[in-house]
Amino acid sequence: MSETLAVELVGITKRFPGVIANQDVNLDVRDGEIHAICGENGAGKSTLMKILYGMQPADEGTMKVNGELVNFHSPKDAIARGVGMVHQHFMLADNLTVLENVILGAEPGHGAIDFAEARRHLDEVGEAYGLTIDPNDLVETLEVGERQRVEIIKVLFRGAKILILDEPTAVLVPQEVEELFRNMRELKAQGHTIIFIDHKLDEVLEIADRITVLRRGKTVATVEPSEVTTHDLAELMVGSELPSPETRESTVTDHVVLEVRGLTVDAADGSPRVRGVDLTVHRGEIVGIAGVEGNGQGELVEAILGIAPVSAGTLLLEGEDITKWSVRQRREAGFGYVPEDRHRRGMLLASPLWENTMLGQQSRVPFVKGGLWIDKKAARERSSMVVSDFDVRTPSIDVPAKALSGGNQQKLIIGREMSADIRVLIAAHPTRGIDVGAQAAVWESLRTARSQGLATLLISADLDELIGLSDRLLVMLRGAFTAELDPAEATPRILGGYMTGAVTESGQG
Amino acid sequence: MIKRIGYALAAPTIAAVVAILLSAVVLLINGSDPVVALQAVIEHGTQLETNIEALNRASALYLSAIAVAIGFRMSLFNIGVEGQYVLGAFMAAAVGAQISLPPVLHVLVIILTAMAVGAVWSGIAGVMKVTRNIHEVISTIMLNVIGVAGIVSYLLSRWKVEDANLDTKLADIPASGWMPSLNTWVELFTRDIKRVQLHGFVLVAVAVGIGYHLLINKTRLGFDLRATGANPLAAEASGVPPKRTIIVAMLLSGAVAGLVGLGQLLGVDHNYNLRFAQMLGFAGIAVALLGRNNAWGIAFAAYLFGWLERASGVLAIKGDAPREIVTIMIGVIILSAVIAFAVVERRRLADMVRQAAAATQEAPS
Amino acid sequence: MTTMVKEGTSKARLLIVLASMLVAVSAVQNFARFPTEDLTSSGTWSIAVAWSVPILMAALGGMFAERAGIVNIGLEGMMIIGTWVGAFYTLLAGPWVGIIAGGLAGVVAGAVMALATVTFKVDQIIAGVAINLMAPGLTRFLSDVHFSDRGGSITQSPTIVGVSRFSVPFLSGGNLFGWKSPDLLGAVERAHIIVLSDLAGVVRGLFWNMSWWTLALLLIVPFSVWLLWRTSFGLRLRSCGEHPDAADSLGVNVYLYKFYGVMISGLLAGLGGAFLAVELSGLYKEGQTQGKGFIGLATLIFGNWRPILTFFGALLFGFTETLRLRDPDAPHALLLLVVIALIYLAVRGAQKRNWVSLGVSALAAVVIGFAYFTSEGVPDQLPKITPHLTVLAVLMFGTRKLRPPAAEGIPWSKGEH
Repeated sequence: MSETLAVELVGITKRFPGVIANQDVNLDVRDGEIHAICGENGAGKSTLMKILYGMQPADEGTMKVNGELVNFHSPKDAIARGVGMVHQHFMLADNLTVLENVILGAEPGHGAIDFAEARRHLDEVGEAYGLTIDPNDLVETLEVGERQRVEIIKVLFRGAKILILDEPTAVLVPQEVEELFRNMRELKAQGHTIIFIDHKLDEVLEIADRITVLRRGKTVATVEPSEVTTHDLAELMVGSELPSPETRESTVTDHVVLEVRGLTVDAADGSPRVRGVDLTVHRGEIVGIAGVEGNGQGELVEAILGIAPVSAGTLLLEGEDITKWSVRQRREAGFGYVPEDRHRRGMLLASPLWENTMLGQQSRVPFVKGGLWIDKKAARERSSMVVSDFDVRTPSIDVPAKALSGGNQQKLIIGREMSADIRVLIAAHPTRGIDVGAQAAVWESLRTARSQGLATLLISADLDELIGLSDRLLVMLRGAFTAELDPAEATPRILGGYMTGAVTESGQG
Repeated sequence: MIKRIGYALAAPTIAAVVAILLSAVVLLINGSDPVVALQAVIEHGTQLETNIEALNRASALYLSAIAVAIGFRMSLFNIGVEGQYVLGAFMAAAVGAQISLPPVLHVLVIILTAMAVGAVWSGIAGVMKVTRNIHEVISTIMLNVIGVAGIVSYLLSRWKVEDANLDTKLADIPASGWMPSLNTWVELFTRDIKRVQLHGFVLVAVAVGIGYHLLINKTRLGFDLRATGANPLAAEASGVPPKRTIIVAMLLSGAVAGLVGLGQLLGVDHNYNLRFAQMLGFAGIAVALLGRNNAWGIAFAAYLFGWLERASGVLAIKGDAPREIVTIMIGVIILSAVIAFAVVERRRLADMVRQAAAATQEAPS
Repeated sequence: MTTMVKEGTSKARLLIVLASMLVAVSAVQNFARFPTEDLTSSGTWSIAVAWSVPILMAALGGMFAERAGIVNIGLEGMMIIGTWVGAFYTLLAGPWVGIIAGGLAGVVAGAVMALATVTFKVDQIIAGVAINLMAPGLTRFLSDVHFSDRGGSITQSPTIVGVSRFSVPFLSGGNLFGWKSPDLLGAVERAHIIVLSDLAGVVRGLFWNMSWWTLALLLIVPFSVWLLWRTSFGLRLRSCGEHPDAADSLGVNVYLYKFYGVMISGLLAGLGGAFLAVELSGLYKEGQTQGKGFIGLATLIFGNWRPILTFFGALLFGFTETLRLRDPDAPHALLLLVVIALIYLAVRGAQKRNWVSLGVSALAAVVIGFAYFTSEGVPDQLPKITPHLTVLAVLMFGTRKLRPPAAEGIPWSKGEH
C-alpha cells in the first residue's frame, strides 16, 4: 500500500444551530485503501462526508485531496477533484431513465446532449463494474441492489477515484452485502480509494483496511482491523458498555388479542401486496416480522390499522370482527401505532408537543369533554406526564415537534401511545435513525408494555433488535409469511437467508 | 415573551412598511405628491361615514375570508368563494322574492337558502376531490365561471323583471325579508350618521367569526381539520377520516361563503341586480392570507382593506392621484405579507430548534 | 429509449382517438337537426387554432414550472400582465415588439413568483394566488394612468392591430411571390364528401389565414420537446422537479433551475396573454383572460405534462371557445356530440362493470339528448362556459394514467436531507 494520502482532513469543525456536529476531526485516508468510518447515529459521520463532498462547508479546518489543499463549494468541485459520494438514501429520480440519472450534471455534448457518447461511456463504466440492466429502463423498475449499483456507476461515470459510500449495507440483506463487498474489493484492485461508513462492526472488520471511529463529533481513534475486536470497536464508539435489546422470561399468555385471517391487500394498481396471511398476537407477546423492505410489511401494518383497504380476509380484536371498522374506531378500541416514518405518519411537525400528544387519541378521554370539545388543560397535563415519564428532552411542551431531535420525537410518540389505554401496539421500525440512549429507552418501554400485557406487532430492519425483543419471529417475503422462527435459535444470518428466499422452511435453496 | 410578540408583529409591520414605501414610489413616478395624497386619505378616512361604509365592506370581506380560511386551515384552497356567494345570493334573492313569511322567519329562510346553495356549489368541488382527486383550485375556478357566467347569467335572463329604469334585476324581496340598519344603535354613542346605513348583517359576521374561532380552536372537528392541514398522512393514521373531513370542510366553507353577499341584499338592494358586488370572493382570499386564518387577524385585515377602499375614494374626487393606487397597495401588502410571514416563521422555528437543542445538548434530526 | 417507445404507443392511440372523433363530428354535423358545416369548416378551425394558442401558452408555461417542481397557480395573473403590457407596447411600437414585451413582463412576474417560492419558500399555491390578486390591480392602475388619455379607459385600451396573416401555398391557397397558388385542401373541403371534406376542413384550418405570431408560438411545442428531452438544460430542469436532492448532489444548481423554470413559465404565460390581447381581441380589456391560465393548468394535466398531448388538449379548448364566436347552430349540434361521447362512456362503464360510471353517463346522455331534441338552440351562456364544463368533464371522466413530476409543489431547501 502506498503512503500517499488520498484524503487528509485536519481540524474539521462544523456547527449547526445549538449543536456541534464535528469538532476538530482529523482523518487520513491512504491512496487505494478501503477506509471505514464508524460511529453511532449522530456521531457526525454523515456530516463529515458531506463536507468532504462539498455539500456543506466546514466552519473550520483544512482539507487536502491527493496532497493538494482544496476548498469545495459544491459537489461539482468535489467531482472535479475525483471525489464521488453514494448517499444512504438513494439519489435517483424514479421517472428518469438509468442513463439520464447517470449523466445528470455531467452530460456529454454542449447544450444538446450527445446521447451516443453518453451511452458509450456508460457501457464502458458498466462493463468494468458489471452493470446488467438496460440503461433506458426507468429507475422505478429497479430493485434495491440494482439501484445501489446505478449509484456507484453514477460516481464512476464522473471519473471519481475516491468513493464515499454512506451506510451502503443498511438497505441490503447479508447475502447482498457479500456481493457489494466483492465489488468494493474489485474497485480497490482497480486503484480506487473507498471511504465507507458503517456501524455494523463485523462487516467493518471484514472489509476495511483501516478504521476511524467517531464519537460525539470527535475522532476517537484510527485502528487496523487486525489490532481490534468488535468489542473494542464498540467501546470506542459508545465510550461505555453497549445496551442490548435482550428480552427473556416469557410473559406470553394464551389470550389472543389480535387475529388476522387470510388477509389480502392490493395496491392501487390491483397488484397483490399482502397475500392471504394469517397472524395471531397474544396478550403479553411481541411478534416480530422480518423482511426485506417492500415485501408487504408496510401494507400489512396499514391494513391492520385500517388505513389501507382490505381486499379479502378478516381482522379480529379479542374475537370481535373489526375488518370494516374505520381507523378512528380502531384507535378508540385500543390500537396504538408507532409509524415507520414518524415525520410522515406520526407527527404534526409545526404544532406544539402538547397537540402532538393528542394525535391518535384526540377523540378519547382525557382529551375530549362533552363529546365535542377539546380539553386543553387535560391534554397539557398528559403531555407533561409523557415528557417526564419517557424522558423527552425539551425546553417545554409548547415548542413545535420539529424542534426536537429524532430520538426525542420518537420517545414522545412511544410515550403518547403507551400512556393511552391501548390493547394492541403496532410498532414499525421504532428505533430507526435515533441515538443509542433513546434506542435503549424505546426497548425498555416495549419490554415494560409487554410485561403489562400489551400485544405488540414489531416490524424492524434491525435484525438484532427483532431477535432480542420478539417472542416469535415471522419472515415476510413477497407478501406472505415464509417462515416462523424461535428467536432463541435465530441469528441475523439465518434470518437473512429466509428474507431473500435463498432458504425456505421446507427445503434448502 | 417579548420575543414571541416581536415575531407576531414583525411580519405585518414589514408588509405595511413595504406597501407604503412602494405606493409612495409609484405615486412619485406618476408625478403625484405622496404626502398630499396620504393627508387627503387620512382626513377622509377619519370621518364617521367613511368608517361606517368601511365596516359594511369589511363585514362582507370578513365572511368571505372566513370561508376561505376554513379551507386554508386544512390546506384546502377554496378559490370558489366567488362563485359560491354570487350563486348563493342570487338564489336566496329569487327564493326570498317568491315567498312571504313573518319577518324574522323570512330573513332566516333567505339566509339558509344562501348557505345551502353555497355549500352545494363548494360541495361539488369537494366530491370531485375525494372521488377523482381533482385539485380544488382547478375545479372551483371552473365552477366560478359556470356558476356566475353560466347559471346566474342564464337564470337572470329568464327570471328578470324590468323596472322603470330598465334595470335588469330579480323581483324585490318583500319588507318582511329585510334586515334593519344599525344606525340608531350606533347613534347612541356618536353623532347622527348622514347618508349611509350600517348593515344589520354586520352582527351575523361577528357571530360567524366567534363560531369560527370556537370551531377551529376548541372542538374535536377543529383539531381534526388543523391536523389534516398540518400533515394529512399523520392525521389519517390518527383516525381522521380524510375524505369525510374534506367534504365537511368544503361544505362549511361554502355555507359561510353563501353569506357574503347578504348584507347588501338584505340591507340595501332587496333584490339581485347587475350592480351586485362581485370579486368579494377573491378579495377574501387576500384578507385570509393577511389575517393568517385567525379570527382576529382576519377581522383586522378585513377592516384594513375595507377602510383603504373607502378612504381612497377621495383620491379620485380630489384628482391629485389615481385611486387605483389602492389596488396596487393591496397587492403589494399581500405579496410582501406572504413572504414576510414565511421568512419570520422560518426564523421562529430555527430559533426554537436552537433553544431545544441547547436545552438537551443533542443533535437535531 | 423506453420513454420514446411509450410516446410512440400513446401517439398511435392518440391518432385512433382523433380519427374516431372526426368521424363522429362528421356524422353529427351532417345528420343534426339543424345541419351545420361549422364544426369542421376551415374557418372554424383556423379560429380554433388561434384561440388555442393562449391556452397552449399557459399550459406550456405551467409545464415548465412544474417540470422544475413549482406549481404555478399564478399563470392567470401573469397572462393578465401579458395582455396589458402587450397591448401597451403594441400601441407604442407595433405588434411584434408588443407581444415580446408582454412575454418579458411575464418573465418579471415569474421572477417575483420564483423569489417568493424558491428563495423565501412561500407556499406555492399561496404565492400564485397572491400574483393573481395583484395582477388585475396593477393593470387597472396602469390603464388608468396610460389608457385613459389615449382613447381607452380604466378597463380597456384603445383598439390595436396585430401582425399580418398568411396562408400556406398550395395547401390552402396562399400567395407565393405574389402568385396565388391553388387551394387544394379548400377544393376538397368544398366537395362535401363526408369525413374526407371534414378532414380537409380541419387540416386547412391549420394552414389558412394564420397570424405569423400564431405560427411562431406554435413552434414552441416542438422546441419544448427538444429542450426538455434532448438538452442538458432540459434534463437538469426535469431532475429538479423529480428529485431535487439528487440534482443537488450532482452539483446542479437547483435554485437556479427552478428560477429558470418559473421564469420560462412567466415568459410563456406573458406571451399567451399578449397574443390574446393583440392578435385575438384587438385591444386590452379587463377580465379578458377569463380564467385561461387555469384552463391551461387543466390542459397540462390532460396532456400528462407532455408538450404534444398538451397541444391537442389546447386545441380542444380552442375549438370549444370558437363555437361561442361562430354559428349559433354549431353549439346545438355539439350537444349531439356530447350525447355520443356519453353513450361511449356508458358502454365503457358497462364493460368495466363500473355501474356508477354507467349510470351517471347514461342518465346524462338521456337528459342532454332530451334537451337536444326539444330545443332549437342553446342559451347564449352555454358556449361561454363550454371550456370550463369540458375541463371538469375531462378531469372527472378521463381515465389516463397520469405522471406528474414527483417533487412538484414541495418547497425545497438545500441541505435538508
